[in-house]
Amino acid sequence: MTRKISVTVNGTKHELEVEPRLLLVHMIREVLNMTGTHIGCDTSSCGACTILLDGKSIKSCTVLAVQADGHSITTIEGLAPEGGPLHPLQEGFKENHGLHCGFCTPGMIMRCVELLEHNNNPTEDEIRWGISGNLCRCTGYNNIVKAVQWAGAKMRGEETPSTEPEFV
Amino acid sequence: MIQCKTSKSIGGMGHSLKRKEDARFIQGKGNYVDDVKLPGMLYMDIVRSPYAYAKIKKINIEEALKVPGVVAVVTGRDLEKYNLHWMPTLMSDTQMVLPTDTVMYQSQEVAAVIATTKYAARDGREAVNVEYEPMKPVIDPFKALDPSAPVLRNDKPGKTDNHIWNWKVGDKEKTDKLFETADVVVKEQMHIPRIHVASIETCGCVADYDKVNNHLTMYMTTQAPHAIRTVIALVAGHVGLTEEKVRVIAPDIGGGFGGKVPVYPGYVIAIAVSFLVGKPVKWIEDRSENLQADSFARDYHITAEMAGTKDGKILGTRFKILADHGYTDASANPSKFPTGMFSIATGSYDYDTTYMECDAVYTNKPPGGVAYRCSFRVTEAVHAIERITDRFALEIGKDPADLRMQNFIKKEDFPWKSPTGWIYDSGDYHAGLEKAMKAVNYEELRREQAEKRARGELMGIGLSTFTEIVGAGPSKDFDILGIKMFDSAEIRVHPTGKAIARFGTKSQGQGHETTYAQIIAEELGIPAENIAIEEGDTDTAPYGLGTYASRSTPTAGAAAAMAARKLRDKARKIAAYLLEVSEEDLEWEPGKFSVKGAPEKSKTIQEIVFAAYTNHPQGMEAGFEATHYYDPPNLTFPSGAYICVVDIDRETCEIKVRRFVAIDDCGNIINPMIVQGQVHGGLTQGIAPAMYEELIYDESGNILNGTLMDYLVPTAVESPNWETGHTITPSPHHPIGAKGVGESPTVGAPPAIANAIVDALSPFGITHLDIPITPYKIFKALKEKQVF
Ligand code: FES
Ligand code: FES
Repeated sequence: MTRKISVTVNGTKHELEVEPRLLLVHMIREVLNMTGTHIGCDTSSCGACTILLDGKSIKSCTVLAVQADGHSITTIEGLAPEGGPLHPLQEGFKENHGLHCGFCTPGMIMRCVELLEHNNNPTEDEIRWGISGNLCRCTGYNNIVKAVQWAGAKMRGEETPSTEPEFV
Repeated sequence: MIQCKTSKSIGGMGHSLKRKEDARFIQGKGNYVDDVKLPGMLYMDIVRSPYAYAKIKKINIEEALKVPGVVAVVTGRDLEKYNLHWMPTLMSDTQMVLPTDTVMYQSQEVAAVIATTKYAARDGREAVNVEYEPMKPVIDPFKALDPSAPVLRNDKPGKTDNHIWNWKVGDKEKTDKLFETADVVVKEQMHIPRIHVASIETCGCVADYDKVNNHLTMYMTTQAPHAIRTVIALVAGHVGLTEEKVRVIAPDIGGGFGGKVPVYPGYVIAIAVSFLVGKPVKWIEDRSENLQADSFARDYHITAEMAGTKDGKILGTRFKILADHGYTDASANPSKFPTGMFSIATGSYDYDTTYMECDAVYTNKPPGGVAYRCSFRVTEAVHAIERITDRFALEIGKDPADLRMQNFIKKEDFPWKSPTGWIYDSGDYHAGLEKAMKAVNYEELRREQAEKRARGELMGIGLSTFTEIVGAGPSKDFDILGIKMFDSAEIRVHPTGKAIARFGTKSQGQGHETTYAQIIAEELGIPAENIAIEEGDTDTAPYGLGTYASRSTPTAGAAAAMAARKLRDKARKIAAYLLEVSEEDLEWEPGKFSVKGAPEKSKTIQEIVFAAYTNHPQGMEAGFEATHYYDPPNLTFPSGAYICVVDIDRETCEIKVRRFVAIDDCGNIINPMIVQGQVHGGLTQGIAPAMYEELIYDESGNILNGTLMDYLVPTAVESPNWETGHTITPSPHHPIGAKGVGESPTVGAPPAIANAIVDALSPFGITHLDIPITPYKIFKALKEKQVF
């Protein structure tokens, strides 16, 4: 038994026939073959699968594809045109060494897109709480915080902070 | 400030170059194993045991085979026909691929379901019905040695108990005598908890066997692709998969930390199935499977003792360990070192008497003992020495910083021979601790603490001044399954002066694509941005033992420098020919050779390389390529001085890490930004076992926190804002003076945090708490001391 759905993904409309139980993350990865969105857990804990659904960040492993029927989603691949220019957050992560293995990165960036949309000048604490649904095992988060602050400055049209590492 | 020899445009050592690999990761274009999709690919899911110890009476697969899309169900009996139901572990123990009779731990693989889609495979898994006869498991490692305990590994002929091996080092007699006579002796019993690497990407593979060409391509999450290829050939050579017919590809890896070194049953089953059906088979484990069944780390029960004088001189140490290995010893240590490098536990201190002993036991828990970001059991060793050093300071009422300063090995005493036989290459421990104390304003903190104590507030300051041992290792002592632990680099420079270099290691986020290019840029003067780095494909890269134990820079990094130096020698010859002078008349500056005294007469490296293809001296080999296999003469010994400040809420027992300053000495630094990033990440993996993480089993062997809902990986909220810095003491024996850094913070952080917490609680007579130290543990300890 399948159901017909219509979902707009990164601006392109897709008419799909899916099993009602298909998870949105599997629709993205397995049906549409867009592998930038990752899976890191089976309990909605890690945030590696975070995407935007109608502009709101959600964990796509926790939503069914059929629930996205008639909605619009954005994944990391849709954040900036291929080959650039990059989104300020993408740039911020690279400039500030906000990623190591890159596995959490797409989800982390998508989460921060919404975070900065609500508040483009967040404090360190607001950033830390704001990304607390996204796990990163590699970076220790210091540079993710820096990356988000850097992207915020860029989005506000201000001078971006130095990206040189600071040592005590 | 780090001095750079090359310009920023060349980007050699010391420059904080932005990472080359990031472009694909930030745009969703990484290529991880689960992203590999091949035509006709089948999906595998695994049926797992609900019991920790049980006989398998029957596996009913009929219903599963009826599920639409299910192609096959594979059991141990099926693998037995090909003698593939058991495999060797890296420690030469044996491990079941799939069981034929008995399951040995909860979540052990019992059968595999193969189907045309992921969902069909999961449906099939649910439809397999296994009949078990549960038995009483052995969970407590201390009880495992009880004569009445059932013998778990009765598959091994003649096995009469659950003891695996005994290891010892040091002078027992001398040590025992010292402990009988010393003025001060302190002792604590500590458990270093069973934890999990929990990289955000789990493990998995796509096994692609091509029947026509009798060839296997194995895409897999492995930190050591070459070693895996050899292991596959050793295990499956008898069915025709000899080593030239196997290609292992490690694509992008979403974090490894040691958990992606072992061979897990899932990989082997996928290969077997692909071999039998001639189609690619994908296996990607769930997070819960990953936490419950993949190799754990640590799980050492340590009795640590220190002897010394009343005025603070350390005279000796004694460590007795019980190691819980689960049902098989599936550690990933070098063969000769069953406890890894635990014998570094004498620490950063100058004394000559020690004795260490370890007994390893089998229990009904998942196998392992992997080197989780610890360069082989160094985390356990450092925790033991740093905790017991603080305990000693507490006993004699001396400030732990003063006590450390008093006992440090002096800078001028390097190379220094440790009582367990290691030759520490270099270090300046006093400088590191001084820098850390200055950064936190140590004296002021102690003053503040005294005031707070007087008011009944709980504030603690904890130190950890550790010595690491990494870069395994010299071939005379180090091998895994007999293969020596060298590593390799191959550099090819193209006619236009751009290069590709290939390595036997495999980055899992460490940034090799950038740092290796910087090493070559430093040596050859070719801009780092013009040097492509490739790793992880056994068909193209030279043989190497892989990336773990902070060994990539010490071994493969050295190989890169040595291969580049071979090329520079060749470049000198070509330059002499082109400039018509003798080689001695030339001098090198990064990127060009010029004639001494006539600097206008020079040839750039790009001109020289072009000549190697277009106009090379007759009699010289054409082209511009070099390979080097680097066999390190010694290990490297990074060190660090960490200071942690905690405040504990007296009502709720909540612990707040107010400050954490980490001063690392990893020798010469290739890329400060990346080194700092490694330290940040390692510190968060250090606070994890110190305060949050532990895999917990009940007495029936059920795991109580086998999902990310319950196993508490720190988020950005738990993780403090780390403050980092460095001192630089180059390794005298390493070609670029580097030592390796990835693991120092994971190793050094837990005792700094534990020491800070115990320091806060010491006025109540608390001398030790086992990690992870939670508010509840503190509450219980304070209650015992009748504080509440
Ligand atoms: S995959 Fe972990 S939250 Fe979605
Ligand atoms: S960069 Fe590896 S998990 Fe975040």
